[in-house]
Amino acid sequence: MNMNIILEALNKAIELVITTDESLFEILILSFKVSGISLLLSCLLGLPLGTLLAIKNFWGRNSVLILFNTMMGLPPVVVGLVVYLIVSRSGPLGWLGILYTPTAMIIAQMILITPIIVSLTAQIVEEISQEYKNLFTSLVVPAHKAIMAYLYDARYSILTVILAGFGRAISEVGAVIIVGGNIDHLTRVMTTTIALETSKGNLSLALALGIILLFIALITNFLLITIKMNAKRHMYV
Amino acid sequence: MLNGTCMYKKDKTSQKKITPIVADNLSVSFGSVNILNKINFKIHDKDITAVIGPNGAGKSILLQTINGLTNIQKGKITFNSFLHSDDIRKKQALVFQNPTLLRRNVLSNMEFIANIYKNIDKNIIQNSLVRCGLGGYDQKSARLLSGGEKQRLSLARALLTKPSILLLDEPTANLDPFSLKLIEDIILEENKKGTCIILTTHDMAQAKRLATNIIFMNKGEVIEQKNSKTFFNKPETNEALKYIKGEILL
Repeated sequence: MNMNIILEALNKAIELVITTDESLFEILILSFKVSGISLLLSCLLGLPLGTLLAIKNFWGRNSVLILFNTMMGLPPVVVGLVVYLIVSRSGPLGWLGILYTPTAMIIAQMILITPIIVSLTAQIVEEISQEYKNLFTSLVVPAHKAIMAYLYDARYSILTVILAGFGRAISEVGAVIIVGGNIDHLTRVMTTTIALETSKGNLSLALALGIILLFIALITNFLLITIKMNAKRHMYV
Repeated sequence: MLNGTCMYKKDKTSQKKITPIVADNLSVSFGSVNILNKINFKIHDKDITAVIGPNGAGKSILLQTINGLTNIQKGKITFNSFLHSDDIRKKQALVFQNPTLLRRNVLSNMEFIANIYKNIDKNIIQNSLVRCGLGGYDQKSARLLSGGEKQRLSLARALLTKPSILLLDEPTANLDPFSLKLIEDIILEENKKGTCIILTTHDMAQAKRLATNIIFMNKGEVIEQKNSKTFFNKPETNEALKYIKGEILL
């Protein structure tokens, strides 16, 4: 493969993006939908759980933290395989009939993202709780209000956690290809399309999606850095 | 009364007085280090009590113990014969030596308290801020305030809760004369309203100006407790005399 082929594929990719190619945008929308929902659910579960782990002392707390830290590095294909076994026809949740649907993909991504959200949130909140602990005890702040306050006051660092979770979700391929099946117009997302089109030699669509992925990463990081710089000026970080 | 604990009331204190404060052989230690050692004192409701003593005497830990932030190893502290509880803590406010301010603006710091304690409206918040010289500071980042402003915000926040006992840990250390005068005036006003004030200070002139009652501590022990005039005119112990004269205690 010489440089001309790459440039040609790159031109076609840019053309696909500019002409708002229908199949490309269908894939994009599904990717964001699946990753967005799994991220939202993981945050709803992981942010309070991470905060609780940071502020509550209980027997086995360190073991739970070690478990979540370890799960941050879960291999996606293994998660895909486990979810596949659970939701396949003969699995315990086979009756739900969600194999090869976006729902199964969301579940798989949740399993991958939630430990990241929990572990990183626990680290951030633990730091801030050292500062607030005596004040909150002195004021007799109820636990649920303390959790909300910790999350609110760590909001700029939590944004980074959410971004890390989103990055893991949107770029993940191993689990969603196993439980989603990469079915056209149903479960085909950016990463599975890139894998498929590359294997077929159709580099333009794969590159177009790659460019979009990079562009998204660039924009979100730019926004995050801008927000954090503004927060640092006010010493909110 | 069959055992020691039955001597003390354990029922709800939400509607009741929580003074006098009585420490009975109170001991607090961190690990193997004794911070407070068999302390005894009695503080009445109308008092402004200054806890004085050299660095490391245990003054700050004493305030934290009164606020229920430390674990008591031996002895007891009672509030109008009640043992410590969340109800009692809600009737106290502690202003820390290094104020802990939330990572928000000034108004949000105040609203956080209003969100926990009932019957605090916007007018009360604004009045409290103005009273502490922070009118118009609403949108300023709390952590960007000067040392004096931080201390005053911390005091404004404490006053919102309308405490029966106000605990102030070196409230005017390193502050400019404006902040010092403002805080001292507020202390006197609050005491006139019936708030029991307990403060720690290294400033002997301040202790003379404000306090009606002195607790002199050294090495985790209460060496003397007297009314202010008697203590400064005729200290009973050699240690207290040396401390008043500015001689370092070993």
